Amino acid sequence: MSLSLFSIAFVGVIGLLGIGFYGLMVCRNLIKIVIAMQILVKAALLGLMAAGNLNGQINLSQSMALTVIVADTIVAVMGIALGVQIRRRVGTLDVRELSRLKG
Amino acid sequence: MLFGPLIIVTLIFALQAILAKQLITSALWLAGVSALCSVLFFLFGAQLVAVIELSVGAGLVTVLFVFAISVAGDDALDATPVPPRLLSVGLAAIFILLLGWFILPTAGTSPVSAITNPPLAKVLWQERGLDLIVQVVLIFSGVLGLLGLLAEVKPPLDASMAGEVGARRQRDLRALESQISNPKEVDK
Repeated sequence: MSLSLFSIAFVGVIGLLGIGFYGLMVCRNLIKIVIAMQILVKAALLGLMAAGNLNGQINLSQSMALTVIVADTIVAVMGIALGVQIRRRVGTLDVRELSRLKG
Repeated sequence: MLFGPLIIVTLIFALQAILAKQLITSALWLAGVSALCSVLFFLFGAQLVAVIELSVGAGLVTVLFVFAISVAGDDALDATPVPPRLLSVGLAAIFILLLGWFILPTAGTSPVSAITNPPLAKVLWQERGLDLIVQVVLIFSGVLGLLGLLAEVKPPLDASMAGEVGARRQRDLRALESQISNPKEVDK
């Protein structure tokens, strides 16, 4: 049985989503959590491109993907800035240590 | 076909980005994922997004990650994760299986040629004009948020926040004790 182009692409999408989801569960470092979110967004972009090609409307999916890329970059920049500030003020990037802080 | 090996290498890079012990290594694996994704986009016929993904995803975001890691430090957290690793793997496997069960049957359909496939400029500037406004608002709010986050209100603490609060409480307590033991000095 030979897989079609879109089956292969969607296997990649599912794999990337699974890896990103696993990373969100396992990682405790704030910057690594942002990296896991980046992988999730890459999966979404790949799915968008594959669906656009499947429907024959690649230009529409490109214009949507542009918005996703901008939003993803802003999220990454904010996450990184938050991580740097937390590291400066609290001294750790461990999210479990952060949740223990009271008051 | 080039597609299968590219997808496999992308998945390996993504897994390495999660499993790498050092943050800088993780950021470099993520840059590899971005570059491979941009090649995949190019093969799908999305040249514009491929170029933007390569310059923003593999370039700008990687530079930001490397900058942040060099500022914040690359401390590896080797302790066990909050949920047990086996449970995380199981949940991710269930997630992948369910998603595959929903998505893969639809992927077998052959591609259709759209009735109308207007040029990219028309789609981007006319049909999806609202998206562009949202992008501009997002960029401005991101820049303002970044400035707010990185603003130095006061110099960074020498000790951790919990240590600072504890030391301040101890100082207050000592001042209170001295007031109680010498009330006359306070009255004067």
